[in-house]
Amino acid sequence: MIDTKTLIAIRFGTGLPLPEGAPLDPEAMLQRLAGPDLATRTWPALTTAAALSVHAAAAAATKRRKQQVVGPDGSMVDGKDAYRATRQALRLQSERAVLISVARAVGATDGFRERLVRFWADHFTTVAKSPLHAGLVPAMVDDVIRANVTGRFSDLLIAATLHPAMILYLDQHRSVGPNSPKSKGGRNGLNENLARELIELHSLGVDATYAQSDVRQMAELLTGLLFAPGQGQVFNAKAAEPGPETVLGQTYDGDGVAPILAALEDLALRPETARHLSRKLAAHFVSDTPDPAMIAAMTNAYAETGGDLMAVYRAMLLHPSAWLPDLAKARQPYDFIIAALRALNIGPAQIGDMPLHTMAKRLLQPMARMGQPMYRAPGPDGWAEEAEAWITPQGLAARITWAMEVPSRLLAELPEPDALGARALGPLISVPLAFAMAAAENRREGVGLVLASAEFNRR
Amino acid sequence: MDRRGFLKQMAAGVACSAAAHPWMTTVTLAETGGGGALGDHRLIVIILRGAMDGLDAVQPLGDPLFAQYRPTIGVNTGAVPLDGYFALHPGLAGLKPLWDAGELGFVHAVSTPYRDKRSHFYGQDLLEAGTGTDVAGGPQARDGWLNRMLQVVPGLRAETAYAMGLEAAPMLAGAAPVLNWSPETRLNLSAQGQLLLERMYHDDPLFRDSASEAMALMQIDVPERDHMAVGAARKMADTDALADFAADRMTGATRIAAFSLSGWDTHRMQATTITSSMAGLERLILRLRDQLGRQVWAKTTLLTMTEFGRTARENGSRGTDHGTGGVMLTAGGAVRGGRVAGRWPGLAEADLYDRRDLMPTSDVRDWAAWAMRGLYGFDRSLLETAVFPGLIMGDDPGLIL
Repeated sequence: MIDTKTLIAIRFGTGLPLPEGAPLDPEAMLQRLAGPDLATRTWPALTTAAALSVHAAAAAATKRRKQQVVGPDGSMVDGKDAYRATRQALRLQSERAVLISVARAVGATDGFRERLVRFWADHFTTVAKSPLHAGLVPAMVDDVIRANVTGRFSDLLIAATLHPAMILYLDQHRSVGPNSPKSKGGRNGLNENLARELIELHSLGVDATYAQSDVRQMAELLTGLLFAPGQGQVFNAKAAEPGPETVLGQTYDGDGVAPILAALEDLALRPETARHLSRKLAAHFVSDTPDPAMIAAMTNAYAETGGDLMAVYRAMLLHPSAWLPDLAKARQPYDFIIAALRALNIGPAQIGDMPLHTMAKRLLQPMARMGQPMYRAPGPDGWAEEAEAWITPQGLAARITWAMEVPSRLLAELPEPDALGARALGPLISVPLAFAMAAAENRREGVGLVLASAEFNRR
Repeated sequence: MDRRGFLKQMAAGVACSAAAHPWMTTVTLAETGGGGALGDHRLIVIILRGAMDGLDAVQPLGDPLFAQYRPTIGVNTGAVPLDGYFALHPGLAGLKPLWDAGELGFVHAVSTPYRDKRSHFYGQDLLEAGTGTDVAGGPQARDGWLNRMLQVVPGLRAETAYAMGLEAAPMLAGAAPVLNWSPETRLNLSAQGQLLLERMYHDDPLFRDSASEAMALMQIDVPERDHMAVGAARKMADTDALADFAADRMTGATRIAAFSLSGWDTHRMQATTITSSMAGLERLILRLRDQLGRQVWAKTTLLTMTEFGRTARENGSRGTDHGTGGVMLTAGGAVRGGRVAGRWPGLAEADLYDRRDLMPTSDVRDWAAWAMRGLYGFDRSLLETAVFPGLIMGDDPGLIL
């Protein structure tokens, strides 16, 4: 039998052992989640403003890379040098953001919050289509997802839809009302990308009943929402399609972003959205085939509170099915690496001091080989949920290789395998694993076997 | 032997003789048995994820509406004339010699049964499940059509079919034994480490099966990829590694290979964005031909499929949005190339699907079914029930020589 504490750490958190002060029952988890976000105090967020400023400098330097420009001391210098410097700044900013997210997750007493941030960041997946956008993606996770993770879904939906990372990823910055002044007689026009994913992925879900005309109308409604370097999301009335739009039977009219916000509010409150999100949360945290009764309880909580996410989390955590003992899901590669670092007692401070090239070599490249390159989901639907998508021969081989080779590169001295097993798995150690830990040829392989075990890779 | 029996035998080996390196048994088993029931014909299926724009790949320049619909894409692009009506995207121009040799063809205006919502993810699920819309997402969805074809082949060995690359290949997933590997994967373990891992995974079928495959494959010598390459060169190095790996396997016992190429969701600036994806596809096909060698290439059929096509008109940002009818590419020495097959529906607004997309005039599964019948001689009724349940195959389109 698995105790609640172990399930809190493995199913709802970032792994064993639970740090000092971590909540030990569902009520305490919810209370902690309702309180302040302590991780951002130690590890401050990457703000959208900071990402936009690096983006603007890099975009400007890119344009002038073949010219002479005014250098920091007033003399004329080669534009290529400024270009290189801003590229470097971009890379540093986004890689530093990864390091911070790893440090937060490894050190978190509030592991459920870190996992929820990860869940919603995946729900609202964005990928940098240009190296220039690299900082905006993690900035959206901090500014939009973290900031709204315990609020109302409509606020999260609005903030995500309006964020520059989303506008750029789903081509909204190129969408112009076909009858607006900015279409220049039809030379520019509509792009349906964001409108479609907004309905299909972010709110109602693909199984809901809606038509191509709803997507089209939504796309027309979203026109005017644009991106400006240095400013981020802007609204340009000259690009907005004139006249009202009707989405899912509701008509929206008026100027500026107000009708867009009204439509997003309505999408958030649809019963299909409540069900889609509840099912997705339950599938992510509990089971690839979640208990319909638990989904129903979550959907009701959503409907009764108008999409208060805390109420939905509460309904999930207080449902008995959330605490069933079978760990049938697989940790995704990011979560696998976080849990391994925690088990190896590589703390947040040590991670914070890790050189970026070490992080890339020891954590990010292996993660990509496990099938999950950081911030590079294959599409706007994010990462696969089912265990079968991750524990492939290729993916498992990469996990085994990491488990066998990387811990000894990160630690001066490896732990004893049985001590590591007790730390990382507590009551979950199986008889064959206990045998293997003792029978390993050397300490390095013993450590590798613990981290490569099915027990450690399941959740 | 099915996968279960195969693994059971391995497990039995472990119980009897712990020191005998049971993982090696896998290799031995895989090395025996010859070419097997599928004979000499090779089938490569490539899923183009993101919805390739068939109207850009094979451009209907003979229709004056095309230029009207697409003021910035598809006019003056330097497309290579094919048959007087259609022309090949310049990014695929390197394939023209194959066309001339009858080793490259296309089927225009194909689609799956999927309609209307135009979701990539649902569209890809359906394409790989090979079913009608009634069962997609249902219990059968885990089972891919290429695997169901393998399920009816007697005497099949795991190495007969390979899913390649880091992305999962649902099309090949199912009860028939299939190998999964990627050229960038490696695994070095001591004999003792292997043995202990195997014991540990014994009671967890997912880990046991994946590890058993990985261990069997860890001996494969894969040419080193150029790790220093960046950007486009990196992408090309990855493509080359994949092609080399596929060719290496297929000149051996492997007969079926499946993988996917991404980068086709060209919502904006398509004239630029589609170019590198086209170049990657072209390079992959040419490299496969070279690495397979004349003899094997002569027995090879390569098919590309995509979840749907794109809008006939370009959108407001010089790209295209999700559509319906698309194009299928066929290549290899075993195909009857040099033609654009499929009934061409025309581009007049009334002829478009939903007045926006190329009207699909045939089911992509029909062509795949006829290819499998031509290559391996499967019964029509079997293809219409077991492989593509509910499909009604039309007349033989003569896809295979």
